[in-house]
Amino acid sequence: MAVPMVCYLVLSAALFSIGIFAFLIKRNIITIFMSIELMLNGVNLAFVAFANHWHQVSGQIFVFFVMVVAAAEAAVGLAIIISLFRSRNTLNVDQINLMKL
Amino acid sequence: MNLAIFILFGLLCLGGALNLLLQRHPINSALSLIVVMSSLSVLYLLLGAEFLAVAQIIVYSGAIMVLFVFVIMLLNAGEEERTHGSRAAYLAGVPGVLALFTVLASTFFTLRTSFGNARLGAFVATTSDLSRVLFRNLLLPFEVTSILILVAILGAVVLARKEH
Repeated sequence: MAVPMVCYLVLSAALFSIGIFAFLIKRNIITIFMSIELMLNGVNLAFVAFANHWHQVSGQIFVFFVMVVAAAEAAVGLAIIISLFRSRNTLNVDQINLMKL
Repeated sequence: MNLAIFILFGLLCLGGALNLLLQRHPINSALSLIVVMSSLSVLYLLLGAEFLAVAQIIVYSGAIMVLFVFVIMLLNAGEEERTHGSRAAYLAGVPGVLALFTVLASTFFTLRTSFGNARLGAFVATTSDLSRVLFRNLLLPFEVTSILILVAILGAVVLARKEH
């Protein structure tokens, strides 16, 4: 039995919305960073669903590039979090409110 | 069969995402994000993206999430505390996110007849199809991403280094 394409798209919209909501309400900087990854995954699902619909490989290539950029972003972002934790000794974003310390 | 697998892993995906939202400890959020990414790779297989399904497991659930769990343990991150900032985010976030989801979902539902169904095996992009496009038409962007990765490695090393 075939799955309606709209189910995939609604699932990807739900993942994206949950990612935005987690980004807004979470106070731990690592969890905020993880919700960005969740948003990227929601968009990736929509890309793959549309690639299936149009029978084009381009959508999957897009997902490949998003994965590459997400990997680079995770490496740099986590390094920033480590250096932030060294100077502030906290991971709470409400206490990280100065550009310079 | 196809529908049953979609429902099972779609629910697992949604449950993992909601669990990421509800858990207070970052390590629990990280583990539920691994559930989301692994079940997404099954959905990619259903949509005929076999290379991406494997890459999703290796890159996302493997490399990126291991990095996250490693940093959580390195910094010994504890439970997050509730502050006034989260209350303001609730007030602005709940209506905004609900509005965004309603707009997206209603747009998809009004277009649902033109989208049709995703049959299993109707479109399978093999790794050779993917690499043919990637290494012929998109060779320059592919090489540029390798420079991006190199810069990211250097940046990570410089940023995480101990200052003297």
